[in-house]
Amino acid sequence: MARELTDTKEKPVSAVTGTETIRRGPAPGRVGNFVFKGLSSGAGILIVVLLGLVAGFLLYRAIPAITATRDQLEAVGFMRGESLLSYVLPLAFGTVLSSVIALVVAVPLSIGIALFISHYAPRRLAQGLGYLIDLLAAIPSVVFGLWGLSFLQPRVGPLFEWLSTNMGWFPPFSGYLGPAKNIAIASLVLAVMILPIITATIREVFLQTPRLHEEASLALGATRWEMIRQAVLPFGRSGIISAAMLGLGRALGETMAVLMVLAPGFLVNFYILRPGQHQSVAANIANQFPEASGLGADVLIATGLFLFVLTFVVNLAARWIINRRAEFSGAN
Amino acid sequence: MSKRIDVSDLNVYYGDFLAVEGVDMVIEARSITALIGPSGCGKSTFLRTLNRMHEVIPGARVEGKAVMDGMDLYGKGVDPVEVRRQVGMVFQRPNPFPTMSIADNVLAGVKLNNRRMPRALQAETVERALSGANLWNEVKDRLDRPGSSLSGGQQQRLCIARAIAVEPQVLLMDEPCSALDPISTLAIEDLMNDLKDEYTIVIVTHNMQQAARVSDRTGFFNIAGTGKPGHLIEMDDTSVMFSSPSEKATEDYISGRFG
Repeated sequence: MARELTDTKEKPVSAVTGTETIRRGPAPGRVGNFVFKGLSSGAGILIVVLLGLVAGFLLYRAIPAITATRDQLEAVGFMRGESLLSYVLPLAFGTVLSSVIALVVAVPLSIGIALFISHYAPRRLAQGLGYLIDLLAAIPSVVFGLWGLSFLQPRVGPLFEWLSTNMGWFPPFSGYLGPAKNIAIASLVLAVMILPIITATIREVFLQTPRLHEEASLALGATRWEMIRQAVLPFGRSGIISAAMLGLGRALGETMAVLMVLAPGFLVNFYILRPGQHQSVAANIANQFPEASGLGADVLIATGLFLFVLTFVVNLAARWIINRRAEFSGAN
Repeated sequence: MSKRIDVSDLNVYYGDFLAVEGVDMVIEARSITALIGPSGCGKSTFLRTLNRMHEVIPGARVEGKAVMDGMDLYGKGVDPVEVRRQVGMVFQRPNPFPTMSIADNVLAGVKLNNRRMPRALQAETVERALSGANLWNEVKDRLDRPGSSLSGGQQQRLCIARAIAVEPQVLLMDEPCSALDPISTLAIEDLMNDLKDEYTIVIVTHNMQQAARVSDRTGFFNIAGTGKPGHLIEMDDTSVMFSSPSEKATEDYISGRFG
């Protein structure tokens, strides 16, 4: 061994591999590094290109509808002689209303389920429940639509009726008319649909609460619930908002379930128990597109563009809310 | 505002595993007790049994007695939450709540007991606790800044302020300086000397100079081998422990021959 070392006095040799310790040329592994860098940058660029293509298509096809004259639009049967803006606004309103009600129902429920899984349930039960929630996310929306139509609708009817008779002084609850094909049931179906994604996201965030902070709280004499309020919820706040936005994004774009349970209308009001008042953008496109042609199709695509922009704005707003208090977040 | 703790024949289990066995110890009021010993000897585990924080780990349980001025910490019907309000704790790594301001961090524990605190009383509590933790002068102009904006040493003193704001009887410190630089360490040690007039302090440390500098009494924990339970080998006045310990193992450890 000693002799070998003296033999190679001029070139330093690694005792382990017996090769020169500093070689000329690229080190091994450089090619893999290069390939991986290319692949990941490519994937990053691809998503931007795809988004651009979708936006470009929507814009390109929407322009004829946006620039069309009043007379041309009147020729489109389903618009009943309205301008593009007054056609799309009730749709946008119905979309946002149903999504917001769905969020109001789903987010507190999701936080509860996520907390149960992450901090209350015994580990075995928590695991099973987690799988179950993920499974719920895999159910196609048409199945949710069927379920809403044939299971939920007859069952919530009496509840809606009770609300309407006893709390009808509150305008949104007034004037229920069966069968329940109103925006309230559409929102409930949406809530069930977005529940899994919101719950799964929030659960992951809660599970990542630093043990350090939980122990800090417990050591001060906090009960479990106080610890959750002090350490878990503040830490998970931005995660909860992100999760809600994910759910909102899905609810805004959901087509099939809304199409199946809702009796459509084109009004702007808050009568959530009356049928034939509201319609969502996506469901309307699905409803009208098969028979639309020419300018009619362009109008529908323009409403699609509007939905695209709406979702975009909602996401930006969420980012802004999260970043506003970034300094106080758990991320540092 | 400080009490002594009498521990007798205490065993700590993690599930079926016996982690610490047969500890008898008297922790005097208004003094600093240091616990030293090699890693894994159970001194931190033992420390956590004094405010029942070990119960956070599923399966952890205790046999034996720990009595604080007549109250058995493990007595029937004693709520661990109540124990922790009497026995505060400072951790190895500074852990202020990142979503709270400096002032809110100090008040975090107080507000658990007293939801609707008048503003004046809040301000008074914040100043008293921060002054008590030697931090007031450094942060009084930025009480509404996040706690995480402070340096590591300041954060640790903020955690001490948070712990003493609830006016506990006993303060447990689990290697409070091991993540800090020497100057911050000195600040914490000075602070401990000030605090011992009012509180019973128990500190776990790997730094034997620190134990020698700050503590009145020292306990040495050791472990016979991996998988064996930790024992309290010897406990005595710090001066005796570091000059003429009666056990060979203590002498070996203190003189750096193992561990």
